[in-house]
Amino acid sequence: MATELKLKELAKKEPLFTSGHRLCAGCGAAIVAKMVLLAAADYPLVLANATGCLEVASCIQDYTAWRVPWIHSAFENAAVTLAGVETMYRALKKKGKIDREIKFIAFGGDGGTYDIGLQSLSGAMERGHDLLYVCYDNGAYMNTGIQRSSATPLGAETTTSPAGSAIPGKLQRRKNLTRIIAAHNVPYVAQAAPSHWADLMKKVRKALAIKGPKFINILSPCNRGWRTRTDDAIMLSRLAVETCYWPLYEVENGVTKITFKPKEKKPVEEFLKTQGRFKHLFKPENEWIIRQFQEEIDREWERLQKEETLYS
Amino acid sequence: MARVGAVTGNEAVAEALRQINPDVCAAYPITPQTELMQRFAAFVANGKVDTELILVESEHSAMSACIGAAAAGGRVATATCGPGLALMWEMLYVAAGMRLPIFMAVVNRALSAPLNIHGDHSDAMGARDAGWVQLWSENAQEAYDNMIQAVRIAEHMDVRLPVMVCYDGFIISHSIQRAELFEDNVVKGFVGEYKPLNPLLDLDHPKSYGPLILPDEYHEYKRAQHEAMTKVKDVVLGVAEDFARISGRRYGLFEAYRLDDAEVGLVILNSAAGTAKDVVDAFRERGVKAGLLKPRLFRPFPYEEVAAALKGLKAVAVLDRADSFGGYGPVFMEIASALYPLAERPVVINKIYGLGGRDFLPDHAAAVLNELVEIARTGRVRVAKEYIGVRE
Repeated sequence: MATELKLKELAKKEPLFTSGHRLCAGCGAAIVAKMVLLAAADYPLVLANATGCLEVASCIQDYTAWRVPWIHSAFENAAVTLAGVETMYRALKKKGKIDREIKFIAFGGDGGTYDIGLQSLSGAMERGHDLLYVCYDNGAYMNTGIQRSSATPLGAETTTSPAGSAIPGKLQRRKNLTRIIAAHNVPYVAQAAPSHWADLMKKVRKALAIKGPKFINILSPCNRGWRTRTDDAIMLSRLAVETCYWPLYEVENGVTKITFKPKEKKPVEEFLKTQGRFKHLFKPENEWIIRQFQEEIDREWERLQKEETLYS
Repeated sequence: MARVGAVTGNEAVAEALRQINPDVCAAYPITPQTELMQRFAAFVANGKVDTELILVESEHSAMSACIGAAAAGGRVATATCGPGLALMWEMLYVAAGMRLPIFMAVVNRALSAPLNIHGDHSDAMGARDAGWVQLWSENAQEAYDNMIQAVRIAEHMDVRLPVMVCYDGFIISHSIQRAELFEDNVVKGFVGEYKPLNPLLDLDHPKSYGPLILPDEYHEYKRAQHEAMTKVKDVVLGVAEDFARISGRRYGLFEAYRLDDAEVGLVILNSAAGTAKDVVDAFRERGVKAGLLKPRLFRPFPYEEVAAALKGLKAVAVLDRADSFGGYGPVFMEIASALYPLAERPVVINKIYGLGGRDFLPDHAAAVLNELVEIARTGRVRVAKEYIGVRE
């Protein structure tokens, strides 16, 4: 059973992801990392990180922002690198050389998870390693200068999907990775957002209490890539949830449960208009993209609700 | 008491892995390595080893898992060949850069295109600069012996580097040969207990593996890696000495076969060296002072020792089972580098042979030796580099 989340208790804990890291001011990933580790702090932890914003800004030779053992090996293999660590843990435990209950958490951005890291993540999930993989999804390769990824939403402008006179931003829909991992039939898959911190931290605790492979996809607003003000991350995260662009739900042993239902589902424009990367969509000739975007969101939201009723 | 058996190269190396009993092994099947891992998987399935076997979804992931497991703090092994090794390429550098003593069997195979699964050294030569120690083996016996010694070399506190043990695909991996295999307790005693250095699983002393490093320190870091490589030679010789005590088989940095008074000589790696030795014997019987040098430690390359072994010769042919297109073969480049500092040095030519499993026949070795005799007599080189055994 996962331990209950008590604010009073959390306030007393020392953060395991410390200040002094070199992420941009207002970065969503830093908030996500801090929340995940705060929720996980009751356990002895070993972490792995894929190459990306979080990795390059948190552990530069001679310095680290992580107060736990940490490994980074490459861009595409955080899941399997950690699977190796976890396997050695099992081997040494079997031989009586280790007796502590250690939990394993991997962090990867959408580039290292949705795209180049998908094979290694899928393999680790299929083999059933006892680890939690956290994707912080900021919707592009932010670390290398805002290039599109398969998590980049429809219509977004990035440096490799620029809004030009012939092509108005990214023409493809984003990949639904949470559903893809849920299709692996692992014991726990969830989607979370830092604006709904209690929901996020409960999901982390729940995941860590379960044996086997777990995956949590966490929205991580990026003011550089999203072209927003520095301190908008939590506001954007809330809008993403309230427009149902980023529904909060979990799939536990195949059972889908929506963990937050907005009282009033806001139109996607409200999420889009706050961000410079979608500015061009509000020109008359591009309005069809917003319509398509809304249809997409509605369809997925409907589907999720239907899926939930199947088990209620 | 050693057991004498008729074994394939893969069988011998699977036996070595069983006797070493690593904590973790991560692998992906690829011909002609597959049989090795099938045998090892059977040992795991039958409880003959304690190893946790991770059957991953690619060689890239196999090496990644080995890196995680080795950083965690235990003994780690894997095996691959050809395109599998090529897919690991990025991670080979990571394993070496993190100073992780992983040991790996590389069953040498050609690289595409065109697709070819047979014996060829292009795979290991492509991994030449990754910072791994490379040991090469002529036959099943040497592959088995090298694998056992690789553990001690990799884990030596002066070294702490990954080691690959190379042997030829099919020619050695699948043909049955005579080999002496140790009793299990002898291997156990020889490799000893693993002593982890900075294990990730030591939670009381948190470590960071693989940080970002900027130009202000990267250069020094790589220099330090080179420094570790300079210690390998002595460790290899020390381990070989200990190994001779339990086996009676002596290993060096290379094998010098009838080289002492030789005038012409071949330099050749792995299985083809066996064929060539017979031809050297035949030439000796005819009164030709022929000899052969078979490199064993290819990385780090023992330049001075090789130069000392070859310096008295008049003509040397370096035979490569891999090419560097637009350049000389990789072994040739090492031998030329080794000989260059000598004031008087043999004439050196390069022959590319046996690519993609093409047979290397005694006639080929004889033709090369005849050419060397001619060069030794006239001092004239007909062609510096050519393909032999090729249909033109």
